[in-house]
Amino acid sequence: MGQRPLGKAEPNWSFERWLLRGFNREFAAKILFATSACAAILAVGLICVFLFIQGLPAIGNIGIFNFLTGTEWRPTWTPPLFGILPMIVGSLYITAGAIFFGVPVGIFTAVFMAKFCPRFVYVVLKPAVNLLAGIPSVVYGYFGMVVLVPFVRNHFGGNGNSILTASLLLGMMILPTIITISESAIRAIPQEMYGGAVALGASHERATFFVVLPAAKSGVMASIVLGIGRAVGETMAVRMVAGNQAVMRMPHEFLLGARTLTSNVVIELGYAYGDHRAALIATGVVLFVFILLINALFGMLKKRGDN
Amino acid sequence: MENLSLGLEAVEEIASLKISNRKIMGRKPMDFFLFAFTWLGIGITAAVLLFVVGYVLINGLPHIRPSLFAVQFTTENQSLFPALMGTLMILGLALVLAVPLGIFSAIFLVEYATRGSRFVKIVRLTTETLAGIPSIVYGLFGFIFFGVFLGWGLSLMSGAFTVSIMILPLIMRTTEESLKSVPDTYREGSFGLGAGRLRTVMRIVLPAATPGILAGIILTIGRIIGETAAIIFTLGNVARMPNHLFDTGRTLSAHMYALANEGTHPGEAHATAAVLLLVVILINALSSWIAKFVKS
Repeated sequence: MGQRPLGKAEPNWSFERWLLRGFNREFAAKILFATSACAAILAVGLICVFLFIQGLPAIGNIGIFNFLTGTEWRPTWTPPLFGILPMIVGSLYITAGAIFFGVPVGIFTAVFMAKFCPRFVYVVLKPAVNLLAGIPSVVYGYFGMVVLVPFVRNHFGGNGNSILTASLLLGMMILPTIITISESAIRAIPQEMYGGAVALGASHERATFFVVLPAAKSGVMASIVLGIGRAVGETMAVRMVAGNQAVMRMPHEFLLGARTLTSNVVIELGYAYGDHRAALIATGVVLFVFILLINALFGMLKKRGDN
Repeated sequence: MENLSLGLEAVEEIASLKISNRKIMGRKPMDFFLFAFTWLGIGITAAVLLFVVGYVLINGLPHIRPSLFAVQFTTENQSLFPALMGTLMILGLALVLAVPLGIFSAIFLVEYATRGSRFVKIVRLTTETLAGIPSIVYGLFGFIFFGVFLGWGLSLMSGAFTVSIMILPLIMRTTEESLKSVPDTYREGSFGLGAGRLRTVMRIVLPAATPGILAGIILTIGRIIGETAAIIFTLGNVARMPNHLFDTGRTLSAHMYALANEGTHPGEAHATAAVLLLVVILINALSSWIAKFVKS
């Protein structure tokens, strides 16, 4: 087979020559690979189109204001009430709680792994963090049900299925996300910065926490944003420990149950039909938009970290 | 709580090693607090892992009985066998769909496309978007699109297609990274000997990148096995083995979810959680073992 020099575009491209080439393996393979690369674009397109086509009319029917700020979720009433504010607030509380528990531990662990860790501990710790990321969310949820729920019931009161329990569990679940991304952000900081600080008389701790960590700020922020994304999107584990009452809660009621956007969908989609199902899909759309915003924020922070 | 204290003890032991040779008490208070918090952070992380894994395994392993693997599911035995078969079927189908697609896309991005071109940027952006979408949204989409719009209902096909979209970004990313780690001298050598681009990719670059790609695929398998929210609305959650491509069934994690929610068979629930966790631990170990080949 006559092959042209590689790594170069066709010199004088013309349609006739393209046709005369007939079936060319190189060309066919390139087309195949390029088509495959379009799969991701197609998938995102399909997801957007189908979610919005099914969800937006429902939001229109209910009224965007009634839907987003309604405090009553009564899908079985006549006429039904579809207000998802309790779920939005529930997602917010539980995510905030998860950040409260997970972020400090995660960042200290990341600092440890990047700057304090002896080699023999690191070789155990790194796979351990990976395993923490790999544990399925149902297993976390089950662990929450049999361990954390009784623990919160016995030590803090309430029936145990609460915002606090879900926050604790989610705090554990976002640990690996925060650790992995923060650690690589800290490692990416040039060693000269640390060395300079130490040369000026800073101790190891001081140099790490006041020079290296601030320099890695955008990467660490990106890890927190990704952790928020994980926490907002987590479904099964939250649904298993959060109590799931679709009721407006105040921040001081953290020992009572709450329902998140995700658990609203997972609980009711199985038996919903008609307007109810459309309202659930609309809940999914709201969740999807939240996630897209969080992703955009993450992308921005990551880009800033790379520069 | 035994596991917790065990974990803490181990951590303290390691901590004391370090503290003793750094004379921490002689330091400034600020340094001491930072140092202590760092160790506290790692202690909590280690304790969480040991506690979760330890609790599930210690409570679950004694409940594993032969009846748990009976071919037929009954309300008495709560067999996980049909769910295990369902998991394997979903796994096989989703990998067949997503692995070639993911690898081809990665090949295009790394070997063919001009770096930084608009097309590459769009593909990157959509891949990152896909990676960030929560599984319940995938479940919702699969339910609307494959289940209702295409009329596949709750079936293996719906489940496998949904899951394959979910794992596509993971496969693409790991493959891209493995391809990039192949030195350019390999490619130059191949071109220099007169091989075409396709031959270079297939005969030289791909074989060199195989361990990395394999490690990524195995990691993906762990992700599929753990998936629940996307599965229960596309494959369904019926305790039997799917008989054909458009039949419903359940996976191991969906089975776990059902058991935990019913709460009537605590022993079987413990055992199923332990089996699920063991599978995930094995897969993780296998993946990092293979990834080690890449480095050496």
